[in-house]
Amino acid sequence: MSDAMLELVGVTAGYGRTMVLSDVSLAVPNGSAAAIMGHNGAGKTTLLRAAVGLIPVKSGSVLLDGQDVTRMRPNQRVKRGLGYVPQGQLCFPQMTTMENLQLVTTRKSEIDEVLDTFLALRSLLGRRAGLLSGGQRQQLAIARTLLTKPRLLILDEPTEGIQPNVVADIEDVIVELTRRGDLTVLLVEQHIGFALRSTARYYVLESGRITGSGDGGEGAFDPVRAAMTV
Amino acid sequence: MDALTTPFLTGTATGAILLMAALGLTLTFGQMGVINMANGEFLMAGAYAAYATQQLIGNAGLALVVAIPVSFLVAGLLGLLLEVSIIRWMYQRPLDTLLVTVGVALVLQQLAKDVFGAQGDPVVLPSWLNGNIPVFGYNWPFRQLFTIVLALAALGGLSAVLKYSTFGRRIRATVQYRDLAETLGIPTRSVDRITFFLGSGLAGVGGVAIALISGTNPTLGTTYIIPAFLVVVAGGVGQLKGTVIAAWVVGVVTAFLTDWTSGSMAQVLTFALVVVFLQVRPQGLFTVRTRSLA
Repeated sequence: MSDAMLELVGVTAGYGRTMVLSDVSLAVPNGSAAAIMGHNGAGKTTLLRAAVGLIPVKSGSVLLDGQDVTRMRPNQRVKRGLGYVPQGQLCFPQMTTMENLQLVTTRKSEIDEVLDTFLALRSLLGRRAGLLSGGQRQQLAIARTLLTKPRLLILDEPTEGIQPNVVADIEDVIVELTRRGDLTVLLVEQHIGFALRSTARYYVLESGRITGSGDGGEGAFDPVRAAMTV
Repeated sequence: MDALTTPFLTGTATGAILLMAALGLTLTFGQMGVINMANGEFLMAGAYAAYATQQLIGNAGLALVVAIPVSFLVAGLLGLLLEVSIIRWMYQRPLDTLLVTVGVALVLQQLAKDVFGAQGDPVVLPSWLNGNIPVFGYNWPFRQLFTIVLALAALGGLSAVLKYSTFGRRIRATVQYRDLAETLGIPTRSVDRITFFLGSGLAGVGGVAIALISGTNPTLGTTYIIPAFLVVVAGGVGQLKGTVIAAWVVGVVTAFLTDWTSGSMAQVLTFALVVVFLQVRPQGLFTVRTRSLA
């Protein structure tokens, strides 16, 4: 087992000929939680998509638990322990909540275990996912990814566009996950307070480059806010 | 009464063939953005597989029963070969796939001409399909009813696979949201291959029905491919329910128009009607309902 669960080494990536990330390097230690902060358009989602394998890396490498996965397809990275909850509460809208979960596993015990964490989903198992609220869909997205039994969980803006009372529930779950110890968490989040409270380390991304980093916690609030103020 | 019954029943049987041709197309077009113009030639391959099976077995009844899985396999394997050798390099490039598969269709037609000859070959009907049922004064041929039963069986089988099997859920997931499916560990490329196999195989089964109605012919696929795409687009890409309704409507409307005008004018008018329909409802009959853009 490597010291870093996820390591990006000099990663340059983008869409077509337009490069969004430029020579980005970062490491998320095994069992820890880290946050990536930055303005809209800084390249946060692109960074996660490059780590997951949804966009090709032009140069540099992506290491998962010490193993080079740069050329692997996303589904192969999932088998090696990478779990990804994309931005936007994505689900398969024409499938029921249960069918969304059964895409990963049909084992009832495993689904039951995840539903114990997301109790609100229990009464919605037969409902089509496209008809769930944003908060319910986000809970479904996290539950579904947890069924893949990740060792590294990557969450892209998990509380974006969700009503405040549900945000609190989702934040509680994420904080709980970061404290498990057997799970490494990489979080992109606009809510600076929540991101810093729940992670041990932060990186500031600006115009596709890492421009700052440090330890998380309440003490990091002012430097991060300063770094993110135009 | 006969003026209404005849085109209605004949059109329903034509709709059943269109349905078998369109089921595969709606999955491959929806899932992979592939416009497979060679799908008509998979109908043709299925028809010739039925003919060849009958030549081998002799007994028309037994040959028909054997021909259905054989045609499914032959057309399915042709589709798989097409996917592995050409299509997989062209996902989400519909215009490129359209051009390439037109070329593949021409090659397959020529191949059929070389192997079986340019003239069509008749397929002998089993005795139990060689009769008629009187329906409101029209003697409806058993073979048309058989075509409808075959299409419903194909539809039922496909629906059951999509709804209840893990693999079917994976196909639906890949059709709806490919990237998300990948990030859940679903090997979408393998899913694509098997979907192509299934879709092409279903067209092959459609070919058996065509062989029973009008025999084999190297160019029979060209008759069905454009209407089949009309069905896919009008029904809503990737929507089985829409495909079923659109296939039936296109089949029946074309049959009525053929009765009132001529075969070619009916095709033109059906095409025009679908174009007008798509102006009003560009997404087709059915679409995905969600509370957001997801």
